[in-house]
Amino acid sequence: MRPVIPYVTAALLFGLGAYGVLRRRNAVLVLMAVELMLNAVNLILVTADTTVRATLPHSGQVFALFVIVLAAAEIGVGLAIVLQLYRLRAGVAVDEVPLTEPPATVDADAREAR
Amino acid sequence: MTGVDVLLLALGAVAVGSGVLVVTTKHLVRAGLYLVVCLGALAADYLVLTAELVAWVQVLIYVGAVVVLLLFAVMLTRAPVGASDDLDRPGWPAALIGGGVALGLTALLVDAYRWTVVDLPDAGTAERIGGQIFGSWVLPFEVLSVLLLSALVGAVVLSRPDIGRPAASRPGRTEAGR
Repeated sequence: MRPVIPYVTAALLFGLGAYGVLRRRNAVLVLMAVELMLNAVNLILVTADTTVRATLPHSGQVFALFVIVLAAAEIGVGLAIVLQLYRLRAGVAVDEVPLTEPPATVDADAREAR
Repeated sequence: MTGVDVLLLALGAVAVGSGVLVVTTKHLVRAGLYLVVCLGALAADYLVLTAELVAWVQVLIYVGAVVVLLLFAVMLTRAPVGASDDLDRPGWPAALIGGGVALGLTALLVDAYRWTVVDLPDAGTAERIGGQIFGSWVLPFEVLSVLLLSALVGAVVLSRPDIGRPAASRPGRTEAGR
């Protein structure tokens, strides 16, 4: 087995994921690109498990399982944020999200004063 | 080139090819389906690399759960069925950074491993991996279960707009409640 083949596959997938995160406007597609990057890291971990003789056997595969669990948690919270964004603004374009809080409305100010 | 190498090359080509389609296609739903192909090819890659348990967990959690969640999100955000033209931003900075990352990592890994040959170790069966997780890695495993619980609570709180609203806009609350 030549380890350079899966390593290069993982490097290309990570580059594709980085490209997708920066290129896409739709938040769901950004999450898909993040999944590509996480899978590239998993492939690196599993391949390293075959090439590196560690003190503990199969550590790389255990780490890959942990990363899969983290990815599941990430996708749950990420989709909750995306759906909330859609409910608030009726769109999921990430470059239309305001990065600062909107100024308080007159109505809220009046309630504060009371 | 042995049979294993040929398999790894073919599966890697499938994974990278469908990955390219995921980040370039104009159809939202097709991006999710290409993601299934990419993750499936990676699961087969794990099988070739003797990581049996990881491969099946990949099929169960990624292909079975994560992609289904993503497709749900595509539908819940009322994505158009056909091709949409407003999915992308201007491409050259993204292409520059993505290409740079891919080329840099490829150069690093090719330089580290050249064309060496490695013997495949013992298969990572459920018994061996389970022994490792519940032997050497118990504490990270338990911390991960706490993290999953907090992610669950966080997702529930995020999707309930009446939790965490400022106290002033809630009826029947005094200022001391803040």
